[in-house]
Amino acid sequence: MTSELDIFVGNTTLIDEDVYRLWLDGYSVSDAVALRVRSGILEQTGATAAVLQSDTMDHYRTFHMLERLLHAPPKLLHQLIFQIPPSRQALLIERYYAFDEAFVREVLGKKLSKGTKKDLDDISTKTGITLKSCRRQFDNFKRVFKVVEEMRGSLVDNIQQHFLLSDRLARDYAAIVFFANNRFETGKKKLQYLSFGDFAFCAELMIQNWTLGAIGEAPTDPDSQVDDMDVDLDKEFLQDLKELKVLVADKDLLDLHKSLVCTALRGKLSVFSEMEANFKNLSRGLVNVAAKLTHNKDVRDLFVDLVEKFVEPCRSDHWPLNDVRLFLNQYSASVHSLDGFRHPTLWDRYMGTLRGCLLRLYHD
Amino acid sequence: MPGKLKVKIVAGRHLPVMDRASDLTDAFVEVKFGNTTFKTDVYLKSLNPQWNSEWFKFEVDDEDLQDEPLQITVLDHDTYSANDAIGKVYIDIDPLLYSEAATVISGWFPIYDTIHGIRGEINVVVKVDLFNDLNRFRQSSCGVKFFCTTSIPKCYRAVIIHGFVEELVVNEDPEYQWIDRIRTPRASNEARQRLISLMSGELQRKIGLKVLEMRGNAVVGYLQCFDLEGESGLVVRAIGTACTLDKLSSPAAFLPACNSPSKEMKEIPFNEDPNPNTHSSGPSTPLKNQTYSFSPSKSYSRQSSSSDTDLSLTPKTGMGSGSAGKEGGPFKALLRQQTQSALEQRGGSPHRFCRRREFPFFTLTAFPPGFLVHVGGVVSARSVKLLDRIHNPAFVGIMGNTRSYKLLDWNSFNSDEPETRDAWWAEIRQEIKSHAKALGCHAVVGYSESTSICEEVCILSASGTAAVLNPRFLQDGTMEGCLEQRLEENLPAGCGFCHIPYDELNMPFPAHLTYCCNCRKQKVPDVLFTTIDLPTDAIVIGKGCLIQARLCRLKKKAQAEANATAISNLLPFMEYEVHTQLMNKLKLKGMNALFGLRIQITVGENMLMGLASATGVYLAALPTPGGIQIAGKTPNDGSYEQHISHMQKKINDTIAKNKELYEINPPEIAEEIIGSPIPEPRQRSRLLRSQSESSDEVMELDLSHGKKDAFVLEIDDTDAMEDVHSLLTDVPPPSGFYSCNTEIMPGINNWTSEIQMFTSVRVIRLSSLNLTNQALNKNFNDLCENLLKSLYFKLRSMIPCCLCHVNFTVSLPEDELIQVTVTAVAITFDKNQALQTTKPHVEKSLQRASTDNEELLQFPLELCSDSLPSHPFPPAKEHLESASSNSGIPAAQRATSVDYSSFADRCSSWIELIKLKAQTIRRGSIKTTVTVEKASPMGEGNFRNRSAPPCANSTVGVVKMTPLSFIPGAKITKYLGIINMFFIRETTSLREEGGVSGFLHAFIAEVFAMVRAHVAALGGNAVVSYIMKQCVFMENPNKNQAQCLINVSGDAVIFVRESELEVVSAQQPTANCQPLCTGGEVTT
Repeated sequence: MTSELDIFVGNTTLIDEDVYRLWLDGYSVSDAVALRVRSGILEQTGATAAVLQSDTMDHYRTFHMLERLLHAPPKLLHQLIFQIPPSRQALLIERYYAFDEAFVREVLGKKLSKGTKKDLDDISTKTGITLKSCRRQFDNFKRVFKVVEEMRGSLVDNIQQHFLLSDRLARDYAAIVFFANNRFETGKKKLQYLSFGDFAFCAELMIQNWTLGAIGEAPTDPDSQVDDMDVDLDKEFLQDLKELKVLVADKDLLDLHKSLVCTALRGKLSVFSEMEANFKNLSRGLVNVAAKLTHNKDVRDLFVDLVEKFVEPCRSDHWPLNDVRLFLNQYSASVHSLDGFRHPTLWDRYMGTLRGCLLRLYHD
Repeated sequence: MPGKLKVKIVAGRHLPVMDRASDLTDAFVEVKFGNTTFKTDVYLKSLNPQWNSEWFKFEVDDEDLQDEPLQITVLDHDTYSANDAIGKVYIDIDPLLYSEAATVISGWFPIYDTIHGIRGEINVVVKVDLFNDLNRFRQSSCGVKFFCTTSIPKCYRAVIIHGFVEELVVNEDPEYQWIDRIRTPRASNEARQRLISLMSGELQRKIGLKVLEMRGNAVVGYLQCFDLEGESGLVVRAIGTACTLDKLSSPAAFLPACNSPSKEMKEIPFNEDPNPNTHSSGPSTPLKNQTYSFSPSKSYSRQSSSSDTDLSLTPKTGMGSGSAGKEGGPFKALLRQQTQSALEQRGGSPHRFCRRREFPFFTLTAFPPGFLVHVGGVVSARSVKLLDRIHNPAFVGIMGNTRSYKLLDWNSFNSDEPETRDAWWAEIRQEIKSHAKALGCHAVVGYSESTSICEEVCILSASGTAAVLNPRFLQDGTMEGCLEQRLEENLPAGCGFCHIPYDELNMPFPAHLTYCCNCRKQKVPDVLFTTIDLPTDAIVIGKGCLIQARLCRLKKKAQAEANATAISNLLPFMEYEVHTQLMNKLKLKGMNALFGLRIQITVGENMLMGLASATGVYLAALPTPGGIQIAGKTPNDGSYEQHISHMQKKINDTIAKNKELYEINPPEIAEEIIGSPIPEPRQRSRLLRSQSESSDEVMELDLSHGKKDAFVLEIDDTDAMEDVHSLLTDVPPPSGFYSCNTEIMPGINNWTSEIQMFTSVRVIRLSSLNLTNQALNKNFNDLCENLLKSLYFKLRSMIPCCLCHVNFTVSLPEDELIQVTVTAVAITFDKNQALQTTKPHVEKSLQRASTDNEELLQFPLELCSDSLPSHPFPPAKEHLESASSNSGIPAAQRATSVDYSSFADRCSSWIELIKLKAQTIRRGSIKTTVTVEKASPMGEGNFRNRSAPPCANSTVGVVKMTPLSFIPGAKITKYLGIINMFFIRETTSLREEGGVSGFLHAFIAEVFAMVRAHVAALGGNAVVSYIMKQCVFMENPNKNQAQCLINVSGDAVIFVRESELEVVSAQQPTANCQPLCTGGEVTT
């Protein structure tokens, strides 16, 4: 006796969250059954392995049919084939677009292309995430990227509107899209200590302040279509950043800056002497990073540079985080007191974001 | 020209990409009704076109409005080649034809293609302007309401229940036309879908006409089925119950209807009237039907018919008229009178001769209070027919139905078919009628008909429950005088329906009668089998459960008549075993009545399958069932005896466990309480009539067992051993789950609002090597049990819940394949409220009990002394009768070469055997604790939970579907019309669609979606009485192909959630009956 056909269709589509997770994690039916058996469900319910097998198959089939709709979540809401309560729909979408930290760290900032897709095998081996799950996550990134890449308006809003994700997840996707678009390097060894959250935090700040959409240009101008975008850094702004070079190139200005900072912080830092000794190096590092951002290659290395030029020196001197904060605040603020400096707005736009990023990046 | 149909095409969405180059579609829509077609503009390059068309207007007769579906085709415009069809939508506009239903159909419909499934959606608005037409000869029946619901719909009141209406329409199946060889599968499927849609429309219109003739305004319990007879055609047939319904909101007083001109009803149908000969004349009529109406083990006369099926017609008519005097009683007279006038009016259709007799049948399964007086037991008839050579030239030309010609050209040459099919069914119905009569009943309720077809063999089956009805609801008031007495004594106790309708001294079959345990006044059988739902006022102890008997029998492959004969020969054995199984399982559960019994016999190439489902309950009015006693054949073998006693212990344990599980704690009665006048504990329950087979089953007198009513299973060979084992293998549902196949679960009243309707399909392939009956039985049993287990597992999140209306359908699509389809609904309930509504019953019966106390003490004794001796013998009579009815067959069947007499001989000798064994013993009572104390704390619990918030999932656009006639926690405010849809889906890329499971899963999901979309477009938010009548699945994996046909129906309704403050949902069904109830009492 072999089962040729075995299906269950409910008027309300049954969604088993545990099985959904197993499916999302890319387990085959037999692996999923084995895992469910191990979870002790048989004992709890008195079911047999055959029942479990049939149940799992059913759910997998349903998920497989739903997958097409999940690729365009608004379709899931409007389709008539599966009657699913709204809360369940939201759960299906949210879980489908959720991703693994380990995976996203591997892919973050990489071009979402066929080439990268080929590397998924290695990523799968390295992270222990099934290839199937890697593919789903990669395809999600790519799909979201494709849809919103050319869109005007707020990146987060666009993602939320087209993929119906929660605010949090939409923000994460915004970061992924932003990183993929700007191809920030995140894979270097020295960056390994950083989490996706760290990068996402930075991405959000950069999107808010460094992109074209950030200037708050009125979107009323119909020609500004290309300009009003969250995904690309404001080229003009990057170009202008060269002007900041004067802060380290002009020795007087540099000294003045240093003295202002040191005066203000004296007695407030536990690492004052180290700061004083390193001030010029740090300042040079930060300003040079800004000046280099005109080149795409250097943009990509932004995080590497920040870690090399600022995070690592401070860390080697054991600056406490609070000292870093005091220093960066003072360092940014003091520039306004430099008489010879004519780009305070530009500096704030740059340093405001950078300060936030650096504080986030500064940890072990 | 009495109607104008207006259609507007608004927009489309999610269309498929038809142009690969642009990834877009240039869509337009064709709107077709009858022979008129309109087109919208082409909406270029969009997957979400906005046509916003003008109103397309069709001026048509109401006849066409009823028959034709509106056909909407979405196409992709192609400048250079033919336009590609994207898909179609068929809209049945019938709901717009009666004033109380929907006024507009408007909404998003899935665009369906038989090859690709659903491809996007289209927004359509449809309206109908009807002009009044006074033409009395019109062929349409607009305005007659149809309901699938097998009870009086919730917001209506039955003024009169007129009775049975039936009709069938036949056509050639487009799938088997020569043209099918050259056209595409899509064209063929669409031709079929369209034809069936037309045929159902026509059928419904014709039934409507009959209802109008009977002066009714509605059909309740409308059941339409398709017989796919292959080469020989396509039959669409329907049965229903004509009623005159009144909307409840209208303030009209309840009057016993007097509007039908009935006279001459002086006979009293249920008193001593049926003389003993009446019923023997029934079975012995030379019908080709198999009958087991009473107890299955006894009367069977069945046979296969050869191709000339009309042989039996003449004798039948003769017989019918001969017995007409006694058989009908007033009820009959009424009906006949009425139909005759109807027939006269119907002069325009010459093919209807008076041969068509009226049948006092009702497709209802639940009734207004007071309607059902007594229940006699299950009656059923089966007939094996050959489908070849159905064209009988004698009938050509008689058929005067011009409408049929309109359907398709080839209709003319097979126009005789409806006559043939009509005759077949008439025969069966006649049989049913005579069985009912033999049971002292004048009517059959819970009536249904079905077929099973394999190649050219067809088994026609009909079954129902013989009953005595209160004529007040049927017609005029003249009958009331004679009824009153009876009604009065029965109604208050709520046990009246259990009381036997037949004469105790002339019992139609051996039954073991006792005095009703509830009222102590009337006799009741020891077991009651019925096809109806449990009456709402029945007094039940404990909860009910789903009981199934499953059986397979191998059969040699054969052709034509030989095949039919083989099947005929197997049928009685199957019926017998199915009933034995049911009886055993019922006893094992400690219960004494079955409701909703449905026995399905399915025929395949090389086997027959029997599947009986019913809901077992313990009726307080019936005696406590005895246990099951096992007896071995070789008493001297020590180890064997040990084995036997081990089995016995297991069985006893199981019974005890089941009693606990289902909370069956009947009051102790009879001898045990003699001397100590304990007040009779509460009893709630009611009954139907039973079948009492107790005495004729394999039973033995076991003196050692004292007072217990022993039901002896004899283990004399491995088969029997197998049977006993299989009894014990049925696993009860996991805790928190209950299941039943009736509308609601006896003993549970506190439904909460969460419901989940589902369909589950399983197909297994048997290994063809050395199949034995035993292996087959085991496979089949496992299949069903595993399926149930899977359901319990899947729905575990709903616990505590009950699977209601569990409907199993078995088919044998191929040699080694068994397909089981289950549709049911899971409803959650609140554990703490369980006894709420039963409490009043308890109190009432307690009261009664105390007054009845004296009687109570004595009846059991009397019973005891006279029931014992009187029973061993009656069986003989019945057996002889059935034997004689069997031997009667050959005479009528001279034309066929089949030797029926040998069959009859075999039968009767086998019956003799059983007869010898048959013994009835007085039932003992099972000791149980009195449950009264239990009731009160739980009753209080209700109050606490009463305000529990209903499930908060009333989202916009959600359409609930349920096979039940109600929605828990909600009130149905409007019936929008019947939904009756037929779909075909085919694929040539089976593997790519996920194999057979993927294919069927998607198709069923699509069918649900289309049903929901249609209901939503009518303005409804639920389908009640939903049923999947057919799910025919065929596959050819080698060719990577599969095809499936699905037919579903139900009633579209609008429901409103009861607010939390209102009456608890559980009381909903009862509450709705209230107006009827009071009305009924006034007239009594």
